[in-house]
Parts: sequence; structure tokens; C-alpha cells
Amino acid sequence: MEPAARLDHNHELAIKDLPYIVIWRDDRCKRCGRCTAVCPMLSIEPTVVVKRAVQSEGLTPEPKTVRYTSTIVKQTTNIDRYCIGCGTCSLVCPNEAIEPEYNPQHKFNFHKNKGGHPYRRGGRRNDPNPSTLDRLRFTRISMLTDPALDAGRHEFRIRTYLGRILPAEELPLKMVDGKLSLDKTSGKFIPPVREIYPIMIGSMSIGALSPTMWEGLAMGITYLNEVEGMPVVMCSGEGGMPHRLLKSRFIKYFIPQIASGYFGWDEIVRTVPLMVEDPCAIEIKYGQGAKPGDGGLLMAHKVLKLISEIRGVPMGVDLPSPPTHQTQYSIEESVAKMIQSMSMAWGFRVPVYPKISGTRTAKAVLNNLVRNQYAAALSIDGEDGGTGAAYAVSMDTMGHPIASNIRECYLDLVKYGQQNNLPLIASGGIGKKGNLAANAAALFMLGASAVSIGKYIMQAAAWCFGDEMNRCNVCNLGKCPRGITTQDPKLYRRLDPDKVAERVVEVFKSLDIELKKIFAPMGRSMELPIGMSDGISTDDAAIAERLNINFVC
Amino acid sequence: MCRLAAITSNEYFSPMENIIALETMKEGHDGSGMGLILKTLGGEFEELRDYPILSGICSKNGLHTLDEYLNKLGFKLKYAWTPRVKPVRGIAHRDYYFARVYDYPDVFKDRSVKEKEDLLLQTRLSLRKLGENDESIIVFSFYPDILTLKEVGDPLELSEFFGLDRSPLKAKIILAQGRQNTNYAINMYACHPFFIQGYGSMTNGENTAFVPIREFLMSRGFPGYIGYNSDSEVFCHILHYTCKELGYPLTYYKDVLTPLKQSEIDKRTDSDVARMLKISLRPLCIDGPNCVIAFTPDGTCIMVQDAKKLRPGVVGGVSGKYAFMSEECGIDSVIPKRDKTRDIFPMKYDMVIVRPGAKEVTVWNQLHG
Repeated sequence: MEPAARLDHNHELAIKDLPYIVIWRDDRCKRCGRCTAVCPMLSIEPTVVVKRAVQSEGLTPEPKTVRYTSTIVKQTTNIDRYCIGCGTCSLVCPNEAIEPEYNPQHKFNFHKNKGGHPYRRGGRRNDPNPSTLDRLRFTRISMLTDPALDAGRHEFRIRTYLGRILPAEELPLKMVDGKLSLDKTSGKFIPPVREIYPIMIGSMSIGALSPTMWEGLAMGITYLNEVEGMPVVMCSGEGGMPHRLLKSRFIKYFIPQIASGYFGWDEIVRTVPLMVEDPCAIEIKYGQGAKPGDGGLLMAHKVLKLISEIRGVPMGVDLPSPPTHQTQYSIEESVAKMIQSMSMAWGFRVPVYPKISGTRTAKAVLNNLVRNQYAAALSIDGEDGGTGAAYAVSMDTMGHPIASNIRECYLDLVKYGQQNNLPLIASGGIGKKGNLAANAAALFMLGASAVSIGKYIMQAAAWCFGDEMNRCNVCNLGKCPRGITTQDPKLYRRLDPDKVAERVVEVFKSLDIELKKIFAPMGRSMELPIGMSDGISTDDAAIAERLNINFVC
Repeated sequence: MCRLAAITSNEYFSPMENIIALETMKEGHDGSGMGLILKTLGGEFEELRDYPILSGICSKNGLHTLDEYLNKLGFKLKYAWTPRVKPVRGIAHRDYYFARVYDYPDVFKDRSVKEKEDLLLQTRLSLRKLGENDESIIVFSFYPDILTLKEVGDPLELSEFFGLDRSPLKAKIILAQGRQNTNYAINMYACHPFFIQGYGSMTNGENTAFVPIREFLMSRGFPGYIGYNSDSEVFCHILHYTCKELGYPLTYYKDVLTPLKQSEIDKRTDSDVARMLKISLRPLCIDGPNCVIAFTPDGTCIMVQDAKKLRPGVVGGVSGKYAFMSEECGIDSVIPKRDKTRDIFPMKYDMVIVRPGAKEVTVWNQLHG
């Protein structure tokens, strides 16, 4: 018997199965076609339908049925073209006739594996709940026994150090005429240490990011350093950097990253003799919080001319970075060698530090690194971190939250008196709910020396649509409707790098004020309150116990 | 707030001078306690300068434990001083206040100063531990030529209680603090001044960077860096760590407590050192309002302020006698006949230094190094 499927559409998805339902208003739409033209997923399309209407003309009712054709905007149920809820259609609609609406009962995860390919996406973990960081409050307020400071008038020093710090006992000092002076004959290696703003822009590559986005960030960073006097630094992500930047004096504000694909490093190595300044630091990526234990991936449709040039690869091919460095067989030897080799490339003048995913084994990594005099820091990326492309299963279910990971690492350092020697950099979900300053300050008080942000700056500086309800999150497809994570000139020219730069500056300037507004009432101004755990509390007893902080209610 | 009254002189004087100074500054403290440290002692202690003095309080049982412990170690009691306590309403009388002078155990007599100091420190810590649970033994200091007295109550009433007004007890350097009990429960170990291996300090302030500093000090592996019933105890230990453990000249204490900005460091002749110390000793940077008065083993007295100069502090006097006080009225009570126009109100970059003998006062400016 012939199946009835063709007649009743039984093997197709219903609109209600999709995560976003496009609400289109016939009465408001003027059929300009902007929404269908702009939709990055082609989820909506203009369609002609035949409609039936009952009309009556004349003095007495004489109803009769008429049929007419009408142009409508229709949402497809093809899962390859599902509505991602980005809302670009609403953005361009002149009459507020269209908008996507989140459908909490969607069945998306049951169907998004067509062709046997698991669901992949970009963006973030789809967990809209507040993170632990958002559960922390600043409760040690200076009241009467010590005066709170004035965030507007007092002098604050919101800086941190990136680099291996020698304990005072090991400093090569000698006494000359009652004063200490550096003993240059000691032969003691003094590791390079940079003084930076404690909130960095984390590793996002040119490739993952569009040229306009990356340029905007780079200009913003440079402006902050050169004009505002805020030493904010930014990591390149894997995939190299433009030659022009490598050879410029502005490279000192950037941290080139080397990852397991080594993309872009042929070009960087060739440029080293031409560099006029040292980079701020070198980051060796061993892991990423959003997809721990997984490699990097730049999908073929993002590997266009510029990317192929910078990375030194052919155009239009997938660029997977392996889950681990191929040379890595032990942390004691090969990781140490890699750190040492990178240090040597710049004459031991540049701090070199590894970045790992948040993990139960972070303490083991840390314990090794404290014994490696060339390891400049340890960057730990928690599970709420973002990514340009990953399997949804990795993003949603793998990883370790940053708060307890940082805390236990810091307390481990304290136990051995090493808390000031090896800075901890925290990342992964900082500012997830928009509370950037509060999340960062809480992490400092848990023990981080610096924090690194990615998604926050994309949202704040480039109007990224993505959220934890899986809105947009198609950074992997090169279809970013904002032009942030695409290599398609039609899309990325939507993004004005000057405006991005302006927003980067605005974000950091306001962040600076907010940090002061947190530190001032707590009576802190001279140093970053690293490890000031008496300053924070939570109303969750389990969190308080785990983080060894106060419980309040 | 607390009130501080320190005097350094080339002649012996009574701690009553400090206590009267505290009384004149009474509006600034609530009289909830007083601590005294006397250094370069006179009177009956003058001849015993080379022998360690154990200062503290104990119960009858505690005294028995203490004697037994020190005898076992080989310490020999040479002299026992105890204040003639006169009951005063409102002050709870503990069993036994003491300053007992001991001779070192025979095996230590020819040992180095460091070994002797370590022995004294370990002994004090052990005694503290022995009496901690039931408060049967409270020991403040165990060091040559240092006498410490502390009790809860109003300073003037305490002086009557201890009979200091009638006592021949004198010294050339005395630190006294009228305590305001604020955020920590009344605990004798939380009472200023603090002392460790020749270094003493007292503070008027609140150290908002206390927890990271405490964690840093406790992880140095030095057994004496414990306690911290008060957030101000760290000032004393930072001084000890800077000058004794690291061996830095005294003025670097200021650089450790309140490091300069990089632009200011660049102008120092020792800028590379100042930058290194700022980085390496970052966790010891203090914050919050603090005026610190301290002395070193050689008898040098100093006053430093926090980086915003949020607490009062003044140094004034005449050649031969200088007072470090929270308020000018305190100095007026001790050294009324001085040129007041020469009083020094140290600001955020200053370290006021009076060397032993109190001949003159100098101000070291951090900006100039």
C-alpha cells in the first residue's frame, strides 16, 4: 500500500518542533522583502498562496466566495534552514511586521543530526541559569570602623601582572650604601613580567572572527592603551595575525596564541626578525572551556583569501586543530619544552603561558607549572566559555565551571606559598548575564590574577545576537548576521570596525568605573584584591562551603 | 578607632606618660583595652638586659604548666616581676600577670643570636598552644629587654589596676595603644602592640587587605607567622619579614606596605629594585586606613601611613625625647615644651624615623627613595 506520507506530511517537522517560530503579521507587512533577503538561514521565504474570502457587495447581503492570490512570508520547516531566532528580520522590517518567538517546547535536539552529522554550532553553552559567579555578593563593606573610599575621587590602581614572579627570597639583590640594588653579576634569570589591565580580551582568531570585527577589537585595544592609558591586552586566538600588526609597535598589546594546528605560525616565525616590539605574551592553547579535550575547527566556508594567507593554507578547506599538540606526550617534558622554546624565540623577554580547559585535573597541571621557571601563568577556561564551532554535545555537557576550579587552584598555591608566583587567569562565562565587573571582581577575590572575556565583548561591542536559549549561535556557519563571525564580505561589511572599536573603549571605561564602585566600598584601592575571600559571600551554603567563603542569608 | 601613644627617649620614663597621653586622646578610643610594650628597660630590668623576658598572663594551673614546661627545656628563672594589682571596678582580675626573666638553657648559652631567637620564638609558640584552649596561659613576648602588658579595660583604670603610677617600671621606648574593639571579639592576642623577634608595632586602622596578607605570611614557612586575631598583627610580621627575613633596609618597609605607581617608581634611583619588590611582594600591599607605629631591634622608631593617609598621626618632641601619637594633644601632655610648628604630620609618602637615643627626627620620602 502506498504510504500516506506524501499527503499528510507525516515525516516533516511541524513549526512547533522548531526552536523559534516566526510571527508574521499580514496586516502590517508591506511586502518589501527585506526580511526574506536578510535572513541568514533562509528560514523565511516569500510565497504566493491562494486565499478564500467571503464578500458581499450591494445593498442587501449577498455573500459569495471569492478566491485571490496573496504574497506571504512563510517559515520553512526544513531543519537545515531552521529559524535561529536572530531577529535580523525584525531589525530590517520597516513596519514591525515580523519577529521570531522562542518556542520552549521545541524538539530541535531530537532532529538536528541530519545525514548522521551531530549538531554543531558556535557561541555558548545553552544554559540560561545564572552561573556561580552571579550567585556571589560583595558583603565586606567598609562601615564606620574604616571609611569607604570614593570611587570618583580617590586614586585606584586596577592593574595586574602577567608573568612568572620571583619570590622575594630569590631576587638577585645586594646592598650598596644602605640601599638595595640589582646584582647584575648573579646570573639569575629574571622572568619578564607585564603590568596589564586585569581584564583581557580572550583568544578569538581572525578566521573565527571577521576581518572587521578583529580590526575593531584591535583598534579599540590600541586606543585604550595609547589614549586612555589602560593597558588592556588581547589574545590573537589560533591562526596568526596580520603581518602589518606583527611588524608594528602595537604588537606589544597583543598575545599571539599557538595552538595544536600551529596555523599562522610559519608566518609569525618568519616575521620575528622584523618585529620592532615584543608581543605582550605568548599563549599556548592546550584546551578550551567550551569544548574541553576537543580540537579547534575553522570550517571550510570561512577559509577565504585573507584567512588562507594569514594561516598559510589553501582556501576552502576545513581547518581542524587536533585535540592535543602532536608533540605532547608529557607535561614534565614536552609542555615544558614548548614553553621554553617559545620563550627562547623572543630571547626570554616574553612571558609564555599555557591555557587549559577547566578540569578536575587543573591542580595537577598547576603543580607542574609552578616547578617550571619559564611558565608565566596558567589560564583556565571554564565551561561557560564560547567557541566559534563545536559539537553541541561538547558544549552543553563537557567542562568544568570556572569558580571552583580557580578557587581550588588558588588555595593549592596558597598551601605551598606560591600564590604570587604563578598568576591564574580565569575565563569562561565572565559577564554571562551582563555582570562583567561583578563577575571579574568575584574571580579576583577567589584567587584569579586576571580574567579573560570573549562572548561578552562580542555582545557588548558588536551587538552579537547569541544567547543561552540557542538564539543565533551560528558562528560556525559563516552566516553571522551581524558580520562578527563570518568571512563573507557581504555579511562582514555590515559591521563597522570604528563602531566596534568605540564600543570596546566604552566597555572598558565603564568597566573600570564599575570595578572602582565595587572596590571602593570594600576599602580596596591599592592592589587588586586577589584572594580577598572575606569580601564575598553567597546565599547558597553548598557554594559557600566549596569555595571556602561566607554563607549569608 | 584606636589611639596610639609611643615615646622614645634617651632617658628612662614611666609608662604613665603614655597612658596619660592616651587619656588626653580619649575621645578617639572607647577604652576597651590597653596594650603596652616597653623596650630598653630600666629599673630592676636594667641589669638583666641580655636575658629573655617572658611576658604574659596565666591562671594558677597555667603557671604550673608554664614552670614545668620551661624547666623541662632548661630555662632558669632569674627574676620574676609582677604588677601590684589593685582591684578596680570593671576590670576582671586574672590570676597572674607576669614578666619573668630567664637564663637560657645551658646548651644554648654559646649558641648564635639566631638560634637563641628561634628557641625563644618556638618556646613562646608552644606556651601559647599549651594554654590556648582554656586561656590558662597567654604569652605576649619572650625576648630580651622587652616587657609586654595587656588587659581589657580603660587605660587609665588599667594603670591603677596594675599599679603603674606607683611602680618604678621604666623604659626608654614605650608603645601604648588604647584599643577600640571593633570587628573582632575581645581576645588578648588581638590587642596591640604586637611583637616578634625584636620588632614591635601597633596600628590605628583597619586593614582591608588582611586575608591575602595573612595567607601570604602564613605560607612563608616561618613558624612565628601565626595568630592574626587582629588584622593589624600583620603589620608587625611584614616588618619582621621585610627587615629580618629578607634583610632589607628599614625604609623598604614603606615600599612593601604602600608601593608606588610605576610612574613614581621610574623616578627613584633604585627603580628596578622598587619595581621588583612591588611585584614580588604584591600580596603584602596594605589597604584601608592605617597609621602604623613600630620599632626595630636596635630601637629605631617609625611612623608610616596608608597610601591615602586616612588616619591621624603626628610626631613631635625635642632632642632626646620624641612622641609618636595619634593626636597632637597626646604629644602636648608628654612634651609640652617643644616647638609645635616643627611637629610632623606624616603624609602618604613619608616614613618618620627616630633613631635610638631620640636625638633627632628624620622624614624619609618614598618618592625620593
